[in-house]
Amino acid sequence: MRTSTLLDEARRAVLGGGRDLSLEELRGLASLPVEDVPSLAALAHEVRLDRCGPEVEVEGILSAKTGGCPEDCHFCSQSSKFETPVRPTGYLDMDQVLAAARETKELGASEFCIVMALRGPDERTIDNVIEATKVIQDETGLNVAASLGILTRDQAERLAAGGVHRYNHNLETSRSFFPEIVSTHTWDERFETCSMVRETGMELCCGALLGMGESTDQRIELLGQLREVGPTEVPLNFLNPRPGTPLGDRSVMEPLDAIRWIALFRLALPEVILRYAGGREVTLGELQAMGMTAGINALIVGNYLTTLGRQPLQDIKMLADLKMPIGALSKVI
Amino acid sequence: MYCSGCGRPESECDGACLRPLDIPRFCSECARKLDVQVTPQGYEATCRTHGEPAPKRL
Ligand code: SF4
Ligand SMILES: [Zn+2]
Ligand SMILES: [Zn+2]
Repeated sequence: MRTSTLLDEARRAVLGGGRDLSLEELRGLASLPVEDVPSLAALAHEVRLDRCGPEVEVEGILSAKTGGCPEDCHFCSQSSKFETPVRPTGYLDMDQVLAAARETKELGASEFCIVMALRGPDERTIDNVIEATKVIQDETGLNVAASLGILTRDQAERLAAGGVHRYNHNLETSRSFFPEIVSTHTWDERFETCSMVRETGMELCCGALLGMGESTDQRIELLGQLREVGPTEVPLNFLNPRPGTPLGDRSVMEPLDAIRWIALFRLALPEVILRYAGGREVTLGELQAMGMTAGINALIVGNYLTTLGRQPLQDIKMLADLKMPIGALSKVI
Repeated sequence: MYCSGCGRPESECDGACLRPLDIPRFCSECARKLDVQVTPQGYEATCRTHGEPAPKRL
């Protein structure tokens, strides 16, 4: 089918009829020739403006416990299973976490996420995160999110009651590709934590990492699985190959291919907060503004967990030039 | 002296291992892994023996 026909049909479905595109339709759009990616991006941008508006949600993140993780996610420099340059460090104390929240606030963000390299938290960690959440809210007014690994139901309920408004737990990749990336836990365990988070009333932040060697079909499969788990936010990461990890020698995705997938994520998940996360600088380079007109409506500003981001002022200027106001996009779907 | 990106002797690495948004990970004096803490607007990289490393030599 011709590109214009495919795009017209997609536009009619999503914008005209408010109907979700089928995975088959998304697969068709995934194989458009590369010169048609800007047209695909333009459609995704229309959908984003129609469903979410022009606001962009800005978030800062903090690694509050780095490295030494017993899991073996093959992309991760914080796994203790691989010989990487990341040296494990202990838990940060309250003052350090609050200082990082203040840095985040200075950047104009509305969201602050406390991240720990863990299989899952112990009770003391849950207590500390709840305490930190209160202090950060009181001192900065930021919304506090957490990413602490696999949760028990009781832990999820305690975090929700303790004011953690959003919990991050990524599916990372499709169920069929997951065993090639992680052997120490299953995709189903991830899905279960994600479902539980929603049941407790916290917003679910559930992201993907593209560029690990998964096929186009597996990316489409992941989109279907993300629809099932129903996240409020989807952080979109692109592999930034880390030395010493099993994926350390892979190359980064082609920039236009990354734009294609940003657009497909938006078309598949019209209402989510679709956030630029790790790897965008090294993957997209000069095309970072294009992602903002291809479906992205949120970003992590400043540094990541173990690598740096670009200068926050560059992002702030990019948003100003694009006439995209910074705002909180919280909602429970 | 050692490369702060990969910890190899400087004669074996010209520093190209350290890409623009990467953080120094090895002490340039003793090649031990640094304790690194990244925050939203900065980072600290410290050697347990030598403290803050000398600025990266290119
Ligand atoms: S669970 Fe998280 S910190 Fe641990 S190896 Fe996997 S991605 Fe890295
Ligand atoms: Zn080196
Ligand atoms: Zn040293």
